[in-house]
Formats: sequence, structure tokens, C-alpha cells
Amino acid sequence: MINEALLHPNVATTEWKLPSSRKVAIVCLILTETCLFSIFVVAYLFYLGKSLTGPTPREVLELPVLSTICLLSSSITIVLAERAFKNERDRLFKFLWLLTIVLAAIFLSMTAREWHTLIYERGLTISTNLFGTTFYSLVGLHASHVIVGLCLLLLVFIFSLTGSLTQMHRERIQMISWYWHFVDAVWVVVFTVVYVIGR
Amino acid sequence: MAIQEIALTTSRAPGISLVDRLHGLVVTVDHKKLGLMYIGTALVFLVVAGLMAVAIRLQLAVPNNTLLEPEVFNRFFTMHGTAMVFLVGMPIIAGLGNYLVPLMIGTRDMAFPRLNAFGYWMFVFGALLLYFSYLGAPGLNGHGSAPDVGWFAYAPLTGRAFSRGHSTDYWILSLLLTSVGSTVSAINVIVTALTMRCRGLTLMRMPLFVWMMLVTNFMILLALPSLSAAQLMLLVDRYLGGHFFDTQSGGSAVLWQHFFWIFGHPEVYILIIPGFACMSEIVPVFSRKPIFGYPIMVGATTMIAIISFGVWAHHMFAVGMTSVGNTFFAISTMLVGVPTGIKIFNWLGTMYGGKIRLEVPMIFCLGFLFQFLIAGLTGVMLAVVPFNWQLTDSYFVVAHFHYVLIGGLLYALFAGFYYWYPKAFGRLLNRKLGLCHFWLFTIGFHLTFDTMHFSGLLGMPRRIFTYDPGRGWETLNLIGSVGAIFQAVGVLFLAINILRSLRHGQRAGNDPWDAWTLEWATTSPPPVYNFETAPVVRSRRPLWDVKHPEDPDWKYEESEN
Amino acid sequence: MLFAFAFVCLGLAGHVEPVLGNTDGVTSIFRPLSQPAQEIKETSLLVLAICGSIFAVVAGLLVYAIVRFRHRAGDELSEPPQVYGSNQIELAWTILPLLIVFVLILVTSRTIADIQNRKPPPTAVQATVIGHQWWWEIRYPELGIVTANELHVPASDGRESRPTFLKLQSADVAHSFWVPLLAGKTDLIPNRENLMWIEPTKPGTYPGNCAEYCGTQHARMLIRVVVHPPDEFERWAREQQQSASLETNAPEGRKVFFANSCVNCHTIAGTSAQGKFGPDLTHLMSRQTLAAGAATNTTDNLRLWVRDPQKIKVGCLMPNMQLTDEEVDQVVAYLQTLK
Repeated sequence: MINEALLHPNVATTEWKLPSSRKVAIVCLILTETCLFSIFVVAYLFYLGKSLTGPTPREVLELPVLSTICLLSSSITIVLAERAFKNERDRLFKFLWLLTIVLAAIFLSMTAREWHTLIYERGLTISTNLFGTTFYSLVGLHASHVIVGLCLLLLVFIFSLTGSLTQMHRERIQMISWYWHFVDAVWVVVFTVVYVIGR
Repeated sequence: MAIQEIALTTSRAPGISLVDRLHGLVVTVDHKKLGLMYIGTALVFLVVAGLMAVAIRLQLAVPNNTLLEPEVFNRFFTMHGTAMVFLVGMPIIAGLGNYLVPLMIGTRDMAFPRLNAFGYWMFVFGALLLYFSYLGAPGLNGHGSAPDVGWFAYAPLTGRAFSRGHSTDYWILSLLLTSVGSTVSAINVIVTALTMRCRGLTLMRMPLFVWMMLVTNFMILLALPSLSAAQLMLLVDRYLGGHFFDTQSGGSAVLWQHFFWIFGHPEVYILIIPGFACMSEIVPVFSRKPIFGYPIMVGATTMIAIISFGVWAHHMFAVGMTSVGNTFFAISTMLVGVPTGIKIFNWLGTMYGGKIRLEVPMIFCLGFLFQFLIAGLTGVMLAVVPFNWQLTDSYFVVAHFHYVLIGGLLYALFAGFYYWYPKAFGRLLNRKLGLCHFWLFTIGFHLTFDTMHFSGLLGMPRRIFTYDPGRGWETLNLIGSVGAIFQAVGVLFLAINILRSLRHGQRAGNDPWDAWTLEWATTSPPPVYNFETAPVVRSRRPLWDVKHPEDPDWKYEESEN
Repeated sequence: MLFAFAFVCLGLAGHVEPVLGNTDGVTSIFRPLSQPAQEIKETSLLVLAICGSIFAVVAGLLVYAIVRFRHRAGDELSEPPQVYGSNQIELAWTILPLLIVFVLILVTSRTIADIQNRKPPPTAVQATVIGHQWWWEIRYPELGIVTANELHVPASDGRESRPTFLKLQSADVAHSFWVPLLAGKTDLIPNRENLMWIEPTKPGTYPGNCAEYCGTQHARMLIRVVVHPPDEFERWAREQQQSASLETNAPEGRKVFFANSCVNCHTIAGTSAQGKFGPDLTHLMSRQTLAAGAATNTTDNLRLWVRDPQKIKVGCLMPNMQLTDEEVDQVVAYLQTLK
């Protein structure tokens, strides 16, 4: 009954386009995660130079060049993978997706190496001083997000191997890649704040 | 060919057992059921936290009382505050949003029904974890029980050294869980409102309720991370030897305050804006006029949301910020009052020239208007920094925020309850019992919270388990405690009303209030699929257009553009 | 019946404890006896007047609307004119509040500056207040005085301006110094030093509280500001500067005191007791209360406190020293020589 009264040629036939739910949801997630990281970044910047004891960033931090290259390249490989998926180039997609995973894994293992060095050779733990606390918290928060992303990437890869992945899933894959780009963007910020400004 | 005979199914389905019904609730992803579950759980915690408040008032009724020991009292006010904000306020918002938004935008369910259920159960487990602290928190030497650090848990009182046992850990963990629930619910509501509106329902035709839910949930996304981040940092301090808030190692206690209030101030707007949402739906219907200044209401709400992220340090005027810092936050705080005032004026403008029907929802709305006006004005007083130096951390502040949260938010929620209960349950609540609820509660509210302003002005600080006679606080506290009893009885009348109405209440029909938004276009309660056919709308008040084809809203709205 | 129920509850629950740190005096922020509380009051009255007027106007309009536009019985059929809004009205009720806000900001920033930017004159008394769970340590560095829980200051009468400037620090958690008749409150935060000042004009004792929740006994962390006429303040200071006499007519008590670990926490100037964890006891008997206002300073209360502090202030950090009754009496006799 309502519809008849309201049905107006104007309304019924014009296009009714609404944004994609998945896209809006991922944007919301990225928004809220950005706020989370911002607080840790603020804490890091606030406490720069305020540690009562050493070591200082300059004394123990080295620019993580290789791991950064790996992580940022993984953003490129994931874009290429998406394009391959769109063009239904299955083997290329699987290859590029796996490459993304490998690059992420390299990043994580190099971070782990760095932490090992810092803890056992340079004497910097999370409880050593304010720098240690804020450093491990911020970098660790980022690393945990990389791990989550890695799990998502692996899941997609496994589905692609079992043949469950179809063109129906294109947007979902795109959303995972958006999350991945977010994680990389956060690394750019963390890198700048911790390894460039902080030293 | 033989004619097949098919036995018609009877209209009465066999009764569902209680177990099956409960199982249905556990596995449901239906936004209506989950919405009611959110609200129902919140009401349980409203009673629990409310009883704690009654106990607090009884302890403070006379000087040097020994009803509650200091440690018990300190746990009570901490749990009362924490529960009311996180286990009552937030879930009611989630529940209202989840129930009403899909109905108001003419769609079948939320964008992510399973996520909806996930959010609800995270909330429930977080809530249970908080109260489990009474049992689980004792640590070394039996220290520790429920959290006793105040609902804003200032550092370094929450550090390992000063908060022994696991009380603070329960505070952190339970809130991290409920925050996950709030965050996913927020994402769900935002996505639903932006991507699932029925045909013709543009953003500027959405009911104001939906607009305000949208704004509130965006604020949740932006504000909650600050609390979660601070809590994670506190966990690092407490368990990994970190120094975020460890003043002995150069950490800053004030940093906790900043992070907490960067969450905490937007949080109070997150709490109140849904109250505004209820007001903006109910006042027009019972004034028989559209909301005055719809676009301004949208704009004002957005301005409140934006500005509210820039006022947080008005909770910290006594911390010793510079005069520049203090002045900045005074300015921003006063500025946020302007769009808030504009909304009051718009509700007034809606009533003006109308034909006001004094049904129970509207009566609660009127209570809101007077009380929120006072609350806003005491807020302005608190924004005047030197005045704040006397008033902060005193009972004046306690009076102010209870005026906002009870006198404002709870009244608006009561109004919403009486208004939408018939939609959800198919029966009207009894008007006489509703009036008893209103008057008893209002008398009690004013006895308690009007007097509290004065004890604050007379120098009574917050969070004290007792006080000496001779400071001029005795009579005020006694009156305040009597008021608590009235409020409890008022709520009891609401409970009786609900129970009676479920069995014997007058049937509501689709549209008992002669309202104009889409939820009233379907049955009460709505079927699982909400609408038989997807609605198509052309104005802000689709049902007004149906009922008044000679004077439809879309004629005015389209000429407006 | 409800009233009866409530009162029965209160009657059963509340029995007044025998040991009271009774404070005298109502502490209304509108009856200040000092700057800056006086200037705060003046600002506040203006703000109250403005807010009161706003309330009167808006509430008046609300009442008018409810009465005038109430639905009358019998007028069922028609709906009122559907008015959607008015840009002019919106503008008006945006601009007017903005103007009010502007005025309030001017008043606010002026008062903030007056209070926060004052520099201590040469005649000012300088004191440091250090917050502890749940007592106040008070030091006068220039005068060489250390005391607890009572801040003694000179009055500023017409002739000479003698404000007291306070440095606020904390040894543990966050506290807040609030004596409503004298000034607004300022927090004591560990790892941070805050500044405030008071300039009382009338001699007397001004009660106050800790105003930042600091744990179990936050409610019993009371502060007293004792304002002396200027010459009496000098006399008080001289007395406080004296060390405790080495001669005493309570030698048994002193022996008990020094034999137990009292000296680990407490200082008695001029003796080997140099503990810093608890209050300085050198002039204990010059104070009106014990345990930061938890009990008045009487012999009975002192006895009760020494026997078992937890009975007066449960949760406080002074342990029960498990003294015998005789030892308690002896210690109390000794403490009472610390004038």
C-alpha cells in the first residue's frame, strides 16, 4: 500500500546506487585502527628524550632498510596480484600472492632478528627505559597487525589452492589488500617517527 | 488425474519450549532479537549498578557511617561508574541502533548480521568478566577484588605498586572485550546506514535518529581506540615492566589523563547523542509537527561530534596546565555548548505552534528538556576555568554529570522505551503506571541531584566513603539518599508495567502513535523480514505522505532545494 | 512506609565512630576569606547570573509552549501548520549564544591570568606540600621547618601583603589540595611540580580535603590551613624550628620508640630518628588532629592510634606494632612531650 502511494515515476526508475558495504566496513576499520596507532605514536613522540637512563635510539637503532623495502614491495606485488586475479590469470595471481606472503614473512623475521639483537646485545628491553617501552609497544603493535594480515593472506592463498576462490570473491580480496596497504602505510609512519625523527 | 489433497497447516504453531527459545537467542543473527538482547542485558546491569548506587547513598546518608567499609565503598563507586557507562550506556546505544536503524531505513537486517551477534556476545563476556573480578581478582596475600580505582582509573594508582592483585587487570580486560563489541557494532551500524537504505531514502531524508546513530558510531570508532591504547599501555606497565605511566621512571601520570579523556569526553557525547536521537523522533510526533530545522539538526550534531574531540582537557583544569592551555580548552568547551543549545531551541521550535499530546513518551521528553537545559548550564559553569578550580572533583561535578546522564539521557531513553516498546512487543505500556514511574522517579531524581550541587558548592569532594559532621553536608546528603529510594521505586513501577503489559497490555497495532517514519509501516512486532516489499520513499516522513496525500512533505522538500 | 524503611536502614547502619577528626566550619566557596577564592567567587557570581538568565528565558519559553500549544480535547481532526524551520531564527539563536560565549571567555581568561600568572613577592612565605597516601608532608625550606597535615601561614592584613606560595609534589599517586575558603584546587602529581598561592586575610583554621581519589583512605586525607596574625606566625615558626629536647620526662617511652622500628618511618628532629616515610613527629602535640584529620589529638585517640592504627584508619600504611598496653602508655607519654 505504501509503495503505490509513493510510487512516482521520478523515484522508481532513477538509479539508486549505494556504496559497497565491504568497502565502507574496511574504511571504518582502517579509520579506527589509525586512531589506535596514533595514540601509540603520540606516546612515542612525547617520551622522546625523556628516558632517565640509556640506551638512546641513536645508540642502538639502525635503519631497517631491507625489511622496509620488502614490506613496501609487498604492497606492489599485492596490487599486481589483484590485477592478475581480475584478468583471471590464475597462476600469475597465485605467484604474486605468494610473493606478497614471502615478503611479509621476510619483514617479520628481520624484525625478530632486530629485536633479538636489541635485547641480547644492546641491552634494550621493554622495561629498560621509556624508549624501550614505547619502541617495543609501537613496533610490536605494528608487527601484530602484520601477523594478522599475514594470516589473512595465507587463508586466501590456501583457498586459491583448493580451488574455492572464484571471481565472486574479487571484492573480498580487494578489501584484504586495502588492509594490507594500511599496514604498509602505518609502517611508513612508524619508520619515520622511530628511525628518522627519533634518532 | 487425482486431485491432490494437501492438509492446510494450522495457524497455531506448536509451542516452542523454553530451551528452544533460549537456543534461538544464542544462535540468532536477527537484528531485532539482538537489539532486544543488548537492551535487556543493559537493563540487568542498570539494576545491578543502580543498587550499588543505592548502597553508596545509604553509606553517605549520615556522617561517619559504617554501613560500607572504605574498600567496599571504593569498589562500589568504581563498579557503579564503569558498569553504567560500559555495561548500560554503550549496549543500550548498540541495542537501539541495531533494532531501529534497519527498520527506519526500510531494509531487512543489518549489513553484517553475524558480526552483530559477535559484537553482542563479546559485550556479554566482557560484562561478566568485570563482575567476575569479585571472585577472580584476589592475588598475592588476598589483595584485590573488584576494581577500586575509579571509573577513569588514574595512573599511577593503577600501577603494580599501588593496585595489588588483579582488580585493575579485570577493569582493563573486561573493557577491552566490551570495546571490541562496541567497535564492531559501530562499524555495522555505519555500513548499514550508508549502504542499505531503501530506494529514495537519500542521506538528507534519513530520520534524524539514523543520522544521530551514524554520528555516534563514527565517534565510537574515533574515540574508543584512545582508551584501548591507554589500557594496552597499562597492561604493558603492569605485566611487562613498562614505564608508560610509571612516574618513578620518568613516566607521566598526566599522559594517562590525556589519553583517557581524549576517549572520555567524546564518550559522554556518544552516550547523550542517542538520547538526542530519541528526542528528535518523539517530540515531533507528539507535537504533530515535523522537526524544526532538520538540516540544522544534522549540522549541529556533526559540529558537536567534531568539536567534542577538542575539549577533553576540561576534565584536567586542576592538573596544572598553563594558562594558555586552560584558556584554549575553556574556549572549545564553551563552543561545543552552542550547537547543543541550538538543538534544545529546535526541539522547542518543534513544540511551538504544535498540538502537544502529553502521552508518557512526551512527558519524559519534557523532563529531558528542562533537566538537560540545567545540565548544559552547569556544564557552562564548569567551563569557566576558575570556577572549575573550585568545582572540579567535587559533588558539583557528580551532580552535573548525573543531571546529563539521568536527567537527560535516561529520560530520553525512557521516552524511547515507552515509544518503541509497542513496536517491539505489540502491546502498549499502561499510561497510569507510566505516570507513576515518571513522577516518583522525577521527585527522587531532584531530591538526590539538586542537593548534590550544593554539597559540591560547600566543598564536598568526590569519592569519599564518609565525611565529618560540621561541614554543612549532612542534611544535603540525607535528602539525597532519600531521593535514591524514590528513584528505585520509580524504576520498579516500570518493571511492573513491562511485566503486566506483556500479558495484558492493550494491543498496539502497526502505528499506535500516528507517526511518520518507516518502522511504523510494518506490524508490531515486525516480521523477521521487516517489510513485505521494500519501501520506496520520497521525503523525510514517508507515512505523512501516505496519510496526507493532499499535502505531502516531498512537495515542500523538493521546493526547498 | 518507604521513608520508615529508609530510616530504619540508616539507623541500623550508621553508628558514629568514637574517634572523630572533627572539623569546624562550613566551607562554602561563596564565603571565601582569601584570594584567589575571592576573585573566583566574583567570577562565579557573574557566570551564575548569566546562566540563571538563560535558564529563566528558555525554561519560560518551554513552559509557555507546553501550556499554550497543548492539544485540547475535542480538537482531534486537524494537524497544526507544518512548519519546517526558519533560517533567520536559527541564525538568531546561534549568534546570541556565541556572543554570550564571547563574554564568558573574556571573563574566564582574565581570571585565569590573574591567578596563574602571579609571581611571588619578596614577602611571600614559600612552602612545599608533598602528598602521600594519606597524609600531607609540609616543608618550609627557607624557614627550615618540616611538619605534617597542617599548613600554617600568616594572614595578609591591610598593611602588608604576605601570600603563601605552595609547591605541590607527590610521593606516590595523584592527590589534590583543596581548601575551598582559600582557593581553587590544584593537583599533586608525582614526577611533576605544580604551583599555587593563597592569601588569607582572616586568622582561623580552614578545613580542606584531598580532592583526587588516591586510594582507600582518600576520604580521611584532610588538610587544615591555620592562619595566624603575622607576629603569631613568627612565633609558631620559631617554635617549629626547635629540635626535640634530648632531655625528656618520659624516658621509658622514648626507649620503646627508639627500640622499635618507629624510627624507620618517622623523624624527630635532633634525634637519631630520621625516617622519611611517615609524618615528622617533632611537634606532634602542636597539631589539632592525628592521621590527617582522622581523629582529634587527644590522649585516648593517641593511645588508640599507637596501639592499632588500623582501627582508626583501616588500610593506612602504619602497621600495628604489636606493643603491649604498658608500652603503648609509655610511648604515648613520650609523644606527648613532643610539643
